[in-house]
Amino acid sequence: MRISAEHLDWGVPGKAIVRDVELVVEPGETVGLIGPNGSGKSSLLRCLAGLRTPVAGAVRWDGADAASLGPRDRALRLAFVEQTADTDSDLRVAEVVMLGRTAHRSRWRGPDAHDREVVAAALDRLDLADLADRPWKQLSGGERQRTHLARALAQETRALLLDEPTNHLDVRHQLELMELVSGTPQTVVVALHDLAQAARYCDRLVLLHRGALVAQGGATEVLTAPLLREVFEVDAEIGRDGLGHLAVGYREPAR
Amino acid sequence: MADTAVLAEPPAPPEPVRRTLTTVLCLAFLVLSLVLAVRIGAGTGWAEIGRAVGGRLGVPVVPLSRLQDSLIWDLRVPRVLLAALVGAALAVCGAALQSVTRNSLADPYLLGVSSGASTGAVVVVVLGFGGSRLGVTGGALIGALVAFSVLMLLLRRTGLDSVRVVLTGVVVGQLFAALTSLILLSSGDADSIRAVTHWLLGSLASARWSSVAVCAVVLALGLLVVWLCSAALDGFAFGTDTAASLGVDVRTTRIVLLVTTSVLTAVAVAAVGAVGFVGLIVPHGVRFLVGPLHRRLLPLSAVVGAVFLVWTDAVTRVVFAPLEVPVGVFTALLGVPLFLLVLRRRGEL
Repeated sequence: MRISAEHLDWGVPGKAIVRDVELVVEPGETVGLIGPNGSGKSSLLRCLAGLRTPVAGAVRWDGADAASLGPRDRALRLAFVEQTADTDSDLRVAEVVMLGRTAHRSRWRGPDAHDREVVAAALDRLDLADLADRPWKQLSGGERQRTHLARALAQETRALLLDEPTNHLDVRHQLELMELVSGTPQTVVVALHDLAQAARYCDRLVLLHRGALVAQGGATEVLTAPLLREVFEVDAEIGRDGLGHLAVGYREPAR
Repeated sequence: MADTAVLAEPPAPPEPVRRTLTTVLCLAFLVLSLVLAVRIGAGTGWAEIGRAVGGRLGVPVVPLSRLQDSLIWDLRVPRVLLAALVGAALAVCGAALQSVTRNSLADPYLLGVSSGASTGAVVVVVLGFGGSRLGVTGGALIGALVAFSVLMLLLRRTGLDSVRVVLTGVVVGQLFAALTSLILLSSGDADSIRAVTHWLLGSLASARWSSVAVCAVVLALGLLVVWLCSAALDGFAFGTDTAASLGVDVRTTRIVLLVTTSVLTAVAVAAVGAVGFVGLIVPHGVRFLVGPLHRRLLPLSAVVGAVFLVWTDAVTRVVFAPLEVPVGVFTALLGVPLFLLVLRRRGEL
């Protein structure tokens, strides 16, 4: 699915949070959203997910205005994973993943055999099959994050929007998750903090600064010392690590 | 990613047989409770009950004396049925509101509807508005609907997010509670205060067939509406944005659920007063038994709520006889230890 933002503005009264963003994500592409805390990554993701109505401009999915679609239509096209979605409820892992089937079901019926197959496959893909009956409260942060991603996969959408999905994950699961995200045929927009990881797994990077899009393109175009100094206020050196992946080294802040 | 993972069994398949069995057992238990409660309440033998009820159903039996017949058919039977309906309604409302507000302490009275009902009842009983034609029930119903209108008016421009709904409900409840106290203290005589207090605590003593009919219809419709929102209620577990991204029309669903639970609560409270604790503890107890998914939780809460209130009312009558103690007093006495037990089992205490 092609996702585009046209002169997108969003904010709360008295504060603009996303300013005049122009962005096109092509079908099947994996785009990494980077930027410091408060740069508007989460808000932009929510706008792209159709969860916030733009103050000005528009978000289009395959040309259709996302705001004009009903909630169920949206859920059949695009899945979204929040940064921290927690609950007091005693839902079990498989039940949470089954929530991803909500839009596929009629009000009158419960999950059917096909729903169960999809859920089982999603659990498998995220290495959660053994935890299917584990209650939410007994999960670690990383297991919760993977459960949410499995839930989003069970939604069987053509687009996937993820807000810092590697938070709480150990290194192995971070790598596995990023492999999965970059390998899926779905269109993916993913907010990330780890710049090297973003460079390694994303087709394209989008750099946000104070709600505005300041650079986009391949990793070597976006991750440059002058841009990082301007946006993140750090002196960085960009090179290659021993495996040939792009690496970012940081000097001590000047102050 | 699953390369190294052991292929797991898919989640347990549905077990239609077990589920049907559970349903049948639950309903059988409910019917048994109803029958036993009529027996206990009436203080008569099986034969008399059989003759009273059987006669109505067209079974050829020797009719009872009019007094005995009326005692069973016009007082005991509706009382037990009303207890079941009110218990079911409160439990369903509690379960739904605990999900909508994402607050495990939510109960049907959280939204201030019952406070409005009290004010309405007091206005009728103490100030004499509407006179005998309106009655306590009519006054309470109007009061409840007024309180709910105030609530929705205050919430009309918001996204109905949980915290705001809870806070506004509490504020509306306090407003009407203050009005009730004001009216009672300024113009109530001892008798009317006593009557109203009795009603406020929740009492099934005045149950009649008319309120049974109204409650039955409203409960059937309300339960259906709430049950059809089951998937949305499950989706609310992770908050507004996740629910919306799952395909739930969050705002519309919240309005539908707030209206439905408020009407259910209003009718229940108007019929018997504010019976406490049923709506809070029954959903927690049932969740403990069958898990948090609302497709199962809601119907089972209805059955357990019904059974709970039927038995509490029966026990209250026996324990305190010949005194007529409001059942609301006893639901709390019974409910607190049960609630603590559930919390402890869940490892939250």
